[in-house]
Amino acid sequence: MLTKRIIPCLDVKDGRVVKGVSFVHLRDAGDPVEVATVYDHEGADELCFLDITASHENRKTILEVVEQTASRVFMPLTVGGGVRTREDIRTLLNAGADKVSINTTAVQQPEFVREAAQRFGTQCIVVAIDAKRSEAEHWGVFTHGGRKPTGLDPVDWAQRMEAYGAGEILLTSMDQDGRQNGYDLALTAAVSRCVKIPVIASGGVGTLEHLYDGLVTGRADAVLAASIFHFRTHTIQQAKTYLHERGVPVRLGPA
Amino acid sequence: MIAIIDYGMGNLRSVHKAFEAVGHQAVVTREARLIADASHVVLPGVGAFGDCMANLKQYDLIDPILAAIQSGKPFLGICLGLQLLFSESEEFGTHKGLGIIPGRVRKFVLNPSLKVPHMGWNDIQIVRPAPPFEGITRGSYCYFVHSYYVEPADSAVVAAVTEYGHPFAAAVWKDNVIACQFHPEKSQRIGLQIIKNFGAWT
Repeated sequence: MLTKRIIPCLDVKDGRVVKGVSFVHLRDAGDPVEVATVYDHEGADELCFLDITASHENRKTILEVVEQTASRVFMPLTVGGGVRTREDIRTLLNAGADKVSINTTAVQQPEFVREAAQRFGTQCIVVAIDAKRSEAEHWGVFTHGGRKPTGLDPVDWAQRMEAYGAGEILLTSMDQDGRQNGYDLALTAAVSRCVKIPVIASGGVGTLEHLYDGLVTGRADAVLAASIFHFRTHTIQQAKTYLHERGVPVRLGPA
Repeated sequence: MIAIIDYGMGNLRSVHKAFEAVGHQAVVTREARLIADASHVVLPGVGAFGDCMANLKQYDLIDPILAAIQSGKPFLGICLGLQLLFSESEEFGTHKGLGIIPGRVRKFVLNPSLKVPHMGWNDIQIVRPAPPFEGITRGSYCYFVHSYYVEPADSAVVAAVTEYGHPFAAAVWKDNVIACQFHPEKSQRIGLQIIKNFGAWT
């Protein structure tokens, strides 16, 4: 049976993990490769690196991080942040990424998603959608880290991206992100119900129950989380055991 | 030396590193001579079927691949590298494949509650104990990401089965050819064991 995926996400800036990771047993908790290795041992189902490097010159550092991670960790790796051209995708895939996540460029040039899916395969094209609630049960898509409204509706936008060849939707609630209050379940369910491609819920996890809610009430195929794993509130194994006990199909056992 | 065939579709590093991680020397190449000299050959794959066949033609790799398979040396197809071995695919129109294994590559048409691509970790049931599966227990989880699956004309070639809406071939085995729909190079310990076994297969 296909299992639900647990995906730790690392924000990487200039080659270092930011937002903080408190792994006491690591030599250097800011080293994304070391952190990735721990999550690999714990049985994470995938890893996500989000490159938030501001300057163009430092962007090659993410390639080094991906190369080193892919040499040591044998699980799927998604890399997002600043993906603008086919060449960006090619270099990330060649460095060892399995999927690339496209956000702002998808909004600016939707055809880019279609071309990328045709060239590299739909399965490696993830479209990231940042959504903010405008009123009850209504949301808008934002870009530039949630600063810029686009006027798009996340459900319509997800369906359009599916039609253009996206293989997966990474859906982040900008309202919930960082608040550890739980995913925006209505948003997640609304999008997941309307597309046939997998949806990853993101933004707001503070407890294991939030993961369960995202997968069950939110109908997500995978859940992304940062702080609860980075600060060792819970390990990946604990999350999986909890979900398993509540009847959610997950991959148990040592990786 | 193990030759990993590079036909310009990316993501070969993981396959290469997985062989290195289990102690097998491998080279990523599109040179016919290296493929001919290799002890083992790997055909990985990411991308669309038609584009991949076009690239194999463009780089004059079809004859070296057919020769490698006919020589009897161990041959591993991964994901699209499995599908390319079949007669034809219905991905974006109909495309001819390498025709090593009679059968078709078909799109998943499933109940709407099941997402396509089939993406994530699913369990495999080994139905024929191919040497690369030595030590892999029934129900081991492997990582899949695909929207198409293979339907062999002769079901006797199926080596492992996975269920997604319906049972499909997770691996096929015919003489010296083993091919997996899942990605052993992305399947952590289980996948590395398969890669290690493949490199030791003679």
